[in-house]
Amino acid sequence: MSTSSIDAGARAAAAALPPVAAPAGSVGVVTATLLHFDQPLPLASGQTLPAYELAVETYGRLNADRSNAVLICHALNASHHVAGVSSTDPKDIGWWDNMVGPGKPLDTDRFFVIGINNLGSCFGSTGPASIDPATAKPWGAAFPVLTVEDWVHAQARVADHFGIATFAAVMGGSLGGMQALSWAITCPERVAHCVVIASTPRLSAQNIGFNEVARRAIITDPDFHGGDYYAHGTVPRRGLSVARMIGHITYQSDDDMAEKFGRNQRAPAADGEWRYGYDVEFEVESYLRYQGEKFSRYFDANTYLLITRALDYFDPSRTTGGDLARALAPATADFLLVSFTTDWRFPPERSRETVRALLKNGNPVSYGEIDAPHGHDAFLLTDSRYHALVAGYFDRVAAKLGLSERAREAGENS
Amino acid sequence: MSSAGQSVLDSRLRPDLARIAQWIAPGSRVLDLGCGDGTLLAALRDERQVIGAGVEIDDTQVIQCVRRGVHVIQQNLEDGLALFDDKQFDTVVLSQTLQSMHNTEHILREMGRVARQGIVSFPNFGYWRYGMAILAGRMPVSGQMPYQWYNTPNIHLCTLSDFEDLARAVGLPIIERATFHGPRETTFLPGWRSTLAVYRFATS
Repeated sequence: MSTSSIDAGARAAAAALPPVAAPAGSVGVVTATLLHFDQPLPLASGQTLPAYELAVETYGRLNADRSNAVLICHALNASHHVAGVSSTDPKDIGWWDNMVGPGKPLDTDRFFVIGINNLGSCFGSTGPASIDPATAKPWGAAFPVLTVEDWVHAQARVADHFGIATFAAVMGGSLGGMQALSWAITCPERVAHCVVIASTPRLSAQNIGFNEVARRAIITDPDFHGGDYYAHGTVPRRGLSVARMIGHITYQSDDDMAEKFGRNQRAPAADGEWRYGYDVEFEVESYLRYQGEKFSRYFDANTYLLITRALDYFDPSRTTGGDLARALAPATADFLLVSFTTDWRFPPERSRETVRALLKNGNPVSYGEIDAPHGHDAFLLTDSRYHALVAGYFDRVAAKLGLSERAREAGENS
Repeated sequence: MSSAGQSVLDSRLRPDLARIAQWIAPGSRVLDLGCGDGTLLAALRDERQVIGAGVEIDDTQVIQCVRRGVHVIQQNLEDGLALFDDKQFDTVVLSQTLQSMHNTEHILREMGRVARQGIVSFPNFGYWRYGMAILAGRMPVSGQMPYQWYNTPNIHLCTLSDFEDLARAVGLPIIERATFHGPRETTFLPGWRSTLAVYRFATS
């Protein structure tokens, strides 16, 4: 295994720039590292990945006994860039920057936080757009289908790399929450605390249905070329854009969308008349198209297929006849689950299923149900109750580990 | 339990909670319904090595519980105890909450289902001053129940005899009763002289 900067040129350029004053509570300018793993990775599908790379960011300092590490698992479209400002793009703020930083709920003054780009993703880790060493061409459709458990096994080697035997906590929201749950089952001895936010122990038929519509949009795009669009010099941008539009609707609550857009017209004809056509008429259409198009310029379509499929497949209780408690029996972690009342993608009832199973097993578990209006996306947004709950939990973890007390408070709640 | 541990519990807790703590075996599993900021469960954990879980609806209280390391489930008690398995706990506690619940019988039955013994405390509406207030033409207002008739959360007030009848009706045999007037235990004519009652019952 070896490491390299994800972009040595960018790091040098950043070093040459005058230091930017990072806002209070930010981990500052961050650079990703690429970790290379040469040991073959056996996959759930029966295939083996001969070697792979993972893009990683870390914040804070690993203490001498390596007990203060927290792994953050990301959701569908996010990456290892959890917090801080990217060294290559000052506008690129980490996706959970309101949660992770000095004085933030997950306080990097005391904890060493690791963000890893999932295997199969498209932000530096090995994925369908990477070069297959066997053919010297992009993997494309030949890239193996992965499961959440495969991600955990791939990430465990990152823990090995840092010499971390046990994470103080593994934490994630949505798909990241499923990974955290999978960590607690797959490597119980390596997870002391498990924080699962806005997540589910398995997708519902409705969830899978939405994923399938998104995949069909991509696969039926003429530019998809069976997944080998790299060789054709095309990108199935229209399909990917539609997939993102669908996803975006499921991340928000009906009330939230009503408040943001209502039935507002984008550019009405004279006297507020309809335009009597099929181009953008309503604000919500304009917003979704913009989000879809933006996404299709930076996200890889094959990665979208791969990650949505990993979501579909996730179901720890599949091997225990649907008995979630038995599936969770190996877990020894102390759990915190959080859900949001208006999340209809992974509603509170899904989190309660996990809570019920953990209670049945006698696992220590706390559960917060936050009455927030923003639907599934609430897990990424700042909410004082939600953040106080997570901060309180991590303060308790710190106390148990004998880490120092919180030295400062940061964020919009302070 | 050690006498030293007892005195620490006594000094940490309100007298009724201290009495509840006496009825809980060291090292046992306890569910505290409406656990507030987790005071009772934290004391039981620290002094009695009790493995506890709380149920609480209020955001601020839930955060307080988590901060002190008390495991808490955020939910409305009116929704029942579906998250908990049959006989998952040795003791289930419902402290000064019964009188504000809509589904009084349902929560008692659920308590009987999830634990081997139950403990309930509630304000005694049979207290003589309350009767005097009603004779004088007014709904009683006191330190124990500091609400006006139109804004009180206490929708299901009862006397000691009323509760004992209900416990019998739902099949929860009473093992012990303690009655209090403010911080003091009241044993003489408790039906009239106590403001707070604490019951311990077995479950089938």
